[in-house]
Amino acid sequence: MINRLFFGLAAFGILVTGCASNQNENISRLSLIQKRDELICGVSGKIPGFSFIERDGSYKGLDVDICKAFAAAIIGDSEKIQFRPLTAAERFLAIKTGDIDLLSRNTTLTLSRDSFGGNGLTFAPVVFHDGQGLMVKKNSGIVSIQELANKSICVGSGTTTEQNINDTFESLSLPYIPIKYQDLNQVVAGYLQGRCQAMTSDRSQLAAVRSGFKKAKDHIILDDVLSKEPLAPASDGSEQKLADAMRWTVYALITAEELGITQSNIADKVQLAKNNPQLKSLRRFLGVDGGLGEKIGLRNDFVINVIKATGNYGEIYDRNLGRDSDVPIPRGLNEIYSKGGLHISPPFN
Amino acid sequence: MSKNKKIFFQILLVFAVLGFLGILINNLIINLTRTGIGFNFNWLTKPASFSLAEHPLPYSPSDSYAWALFMGWMNSLKVIISSLVLATCIGTLIGFLRVGKNSFFRIITAGYITVIRQTPLLIQLMCWYFVGFLSIRNNSFLNITNILNISNKGIELFGFSFSSEFSALLVGLSIFSSAFIAEVIRGGIQSVPLGQWEAFRSLGISEKHGFIKIIIPQALPAFIPGLTSQYLNLAKNSTLAIAIGYADIYAINDTIINQTGRAVECFIILLCSFLILNLLITKIMGIIDKSIMKSRI
Repeated sequence: MINRLFFGLAAFGILVTGCASNQNENISRLSLIQKRDELICGVSGKIPGFSFIERDGSYKGLDVDICKAFAAAIIGDSEKIQFRPLTAAERFLAIKTGDIDLLSRNTTLTLSRDSFGGNGLTFAPVVFHDGQGLMVKKNSGIVSIQELANKSICVGSGTTTEQNINDTFESLSLPYIPIKYQDLNQVVAGYLQGRCQAMTSDRSQLAAVRSGFKKAKDHIILDDVLSKEPLAPASDGSEQKLADAMRWTVYALITAEELGITQSNIADKVQLAKNNPQLKSLRRFLGVDGGLGEKIGLRNDFVINVIKATGNYGEIYDRNLGRDSDVPIPRGLNEIYSKGGLHISPPFN
Repeated sequence: MSKNKKIFFQILLVFAVLGFLGILINNLIINLTRTGIGFNFNWLTKPASFSLAEHPLPYSPSDSYAWALFMGWMNSLKVIISSLVLATCIGTLIGFLRVGKNSFFRIITAGYITVIRQTPLLIQLMCWYFVGFLSIRNNSFLNITNILNISNKGIELFGFSFSSEFSALLVGLSIFSSAFIAEVIRGGIQSVPLGQWEAFRSLGISEKHGFIKIIIPQALPAFIPGLTSQYLNLAKNSTLAIAIGYADIYAINDTIINQTGRAVECFIILLCSFLILNLLITKIMGIIDKSIMKSRI
């Protein structure tokens, strides 16, 4: 009897401690993705132009294309992705628990999120510079933030949006009533149904959402910009290798635009680089020599895979948010630096 | 087995369970520290810096996270208690009609119970909120001057106004729970032997009098366990408030998790607060049960 009890307890103990010890202790997330031959990418799935589920069930948008670029760089195939739609509240925990490899979900880079004492994430370079705005109905006569005093404002909970709106109204000493929903669709429904006089979100999201309204022209986005919202992909802060790979994939997209390398001319550019040993920087960038890819745990020619899969940053932008897309948003701050925007890449040296 | 041996094994068992829990908690803390999340409750005293649409006590964004959570708990409590009362009233009425003699009411109430029980609560709540309250245009839906006013701003009763989020949650939860409570009531009444009905009828006691004085007192003890579990369900279901923008404790937890990244601590708080709430409900129902049993003797 006692023997059996002790045996049982011992087995239990082994089980418990076994469960607790972290599996895959020594394998990096980057190798894990390559071994699995699939990238698990957290997206929103509800914002046209950024990540949205098409009728055929596929995902489309800027955030989605960034995921594809990562898959092309890390695995070599932009189709080997599993998309996970996540709410704003779920997203960070999904990274920390390892449910997803990385997050490409219009997430604002902030100190708290980037720090080990906060959410413990690390961020790739900004892929979209946004700012928070307010949308109101045209016939409400509201034209500035001052007129929203004591009005209800629909806002998504668990976002920086919620904090910004509070900071703004508090600094102006304006009282307001926040109506918080967990999901953007509910924010929109609350606003359209007249529960709130205004809805707030990133200006790009407001534009995206408005494009789906029956009478888009009846709604105006106020000129007040409440915050800067640099949206960037994120991964676990303790995974340096994955972070490096992501960082330089985004930079590759920006550099490619700067160098005029596109999805259609990439093959020619590779030939050009191979035939002309004097084009040193182009050869390094495309991995003909220099061995840069290896240094970040990728193939030396990862840039070629990326550009073949998604095109450069400008192409991704035009496809999803350009003038002819469903959600046209002027490029503004999102131009590359040589055209007056904010996107700049450090050198591939 | 001798008595001493028995005690020895009891003590051993207690230690084993405690040890097991200890190992789990220790592992959790170690793993949280390793992933860089850590485990502490210091953040509770920091300013919440988010505002709330509804708060029963004074609250401002510069108050602490702990106070914000408490406001959430109060909001939860407010909606739970009021829908508990409302659901019991509706449920009892429906339950009585369900077993009554009037066949028209019997069919109507059977239909009501079927429809309400067969559809998910989340969908019902969304329906009450987005399709119900929010789609009332401009004018009010029902307006009895100075007494009751139902509009897309919510419900106004005797000068007290309730937001549309609260109202939708109240109505949704009450209606949903009332269907289950009605079944509990029906079950309780039907548990009284038919002989009791025949007995009071043969004594010439009126139908109404007999039902109230003879049947109900005997059915009451059978109501309590069913009602208790329905009340517990109602309390737990109230967390669906998050879907319709009511600032209950779960919704506030959600915001805090996002701002602080303290998911584990927040969920522990959430679990504890519901445990306390539900233990309270169970205790109160236990007291009611006891007093009923006493009165029967």
